[in-house]
Amino acid sequence: MTTTSAAGTAAATAAALALGDDALVLSHRLGEWAGHAPVLEEEVALANIALDLLGQARVLLSMAGDEDELAFLREERAFRNLQLVEQPNGDFAHTIARQLFFSAHQYLLYGELASGDSPFAPLAAKAVKETAYHRDHAEQWTLRLGDGTDESHARMQRAVDALWRYTGEMFQPVEGVEADPSHREAAWLEWTGEVLRRATLTVPDGPRTGAWAAGAGRQGLHTEPFGRMLAEMQHLHRSHPGAAW
Amino acid sequence: MVTATPLEAELLELAGSVPDPELPVLTLRELGVVRAVHAHGPDSVEVELTPTYTGCPAVEVMSLDIERVLRGHGVREVTVRTVLAPAWSTDDITDEGRRKLREFGIAPPRTGAAAPTGPVPVTLGATRTRSDAPADGLGPVPCPHCGSAETELLSRFSSTACKALRRCLACREPFDHFKEL
Repeated sequence: MTTTSAAGTAAATAAALALGDDALVLSHRLGEWAGHAPVLEEEVALANIALDLLGQARVLLSMAGDEDELAFLREERAFRNLQLVEQPNGDFAHTIARQLFFSAHQYLLYGELASGDSPFAPLAAKAVKETAYHRDHAEQWTLRLGDGTDESHARMQRAVDALWRYTGEMFQPVEGVEADPSHREAAWLEWTGEVLRRATLTVPDGPRTGAWAAGAGRQGLHTEPFGRMLAEMQHLHRSHPGAAW
Repeated sequence: MVTATPLEAELLELAGSVPDPELPVLTLRELGVVRAVHAHGPDSVEVELTPTYTGCPAVEVMSLDIERVLRGHGVREVTVRTVLAPAWSTDDITDEGRRKLREFGIAPPRTGAAAPTGPVPVTLGATRTRSDAPADGLGPVPCPHCGSAETELLSRFSSTACKALRRCLACREPFDHFKEL
């Protein structure tokens, strides 16, 4: 193996980890809604979206190593996911805002990867169609909550404002992903802004990343709630290594 | 394209005859998920299976069922390999498969959906979306029970990721719709 292809392989592994961790962590967060969603249809919808993401995570993490070891035996600092996806579910509006921001990004990213010739192209071609449904789901709820009652409008605006600071990280370059993030960022801002305006919401004017936080999740720096999420996600596997049913 | 040997064709037929674990009215061939069978000898074959959705949990059961059927046919070594490309589409479901879905009470996916790209215009109702013809240009989703085109969307996700929940406004029956992918 030449040095160049070894470096290429290492970059592809790093990218598989980053994208795989995004999908895995958001899948787990959405799974936390099981038994708590506001209506039965949403219970099922959030679980189905979580299942799609888990499937994507399994493919991506398997490209980087053993999927179970990666999911259950890494420490917090070894995870490479965006800080956005690890944010707690909050109220339903927070979950929808997180879905809107992330699915719009993932839809654009998979779309670009699907038309390229990277090792991610086969997965991306498949996953972009699944993500289109996730994005549609988030868009519909953003419109309904934003342009709904005073209460739902206020909550949706609060959620959008609270999560806005985590959206810049999505467009930091990822080693091993050749697609150009600045192009994607412009498309994301345009689409998201348009949905928020139609939902009678105000597009936040605050910064989209903290000065100290640019690309932090990709470097293994996570927010405080992530440790607790991981503890719950990993404890069964760590308590009973090799358990099967 | 490599031509399949008679043995491979026979084993492909067998693998394709396995019923789908979620929708047992359909065979895997009618669902369009068995891509190929490669015989490495009379005793060793590899089956290429493609998932409907990336996270479809039925893939593992499908693999086990295929292995069981082929082993029962005397093949000693069966490997089922999951392939993602080219991505499965609901357009891969055969006409016979669509007929069976309808008879089973599931509205089959509309055809021509292989590439649903670009923004989809939406309309909003109170909490549910009345829509004779969803605004995706693919035409109405007729009720599998009475055939009426007057149906409404109750939920974008239903009992499985691949289905949406709709209701007929004519006969009032709720039904699953196999979503276009």
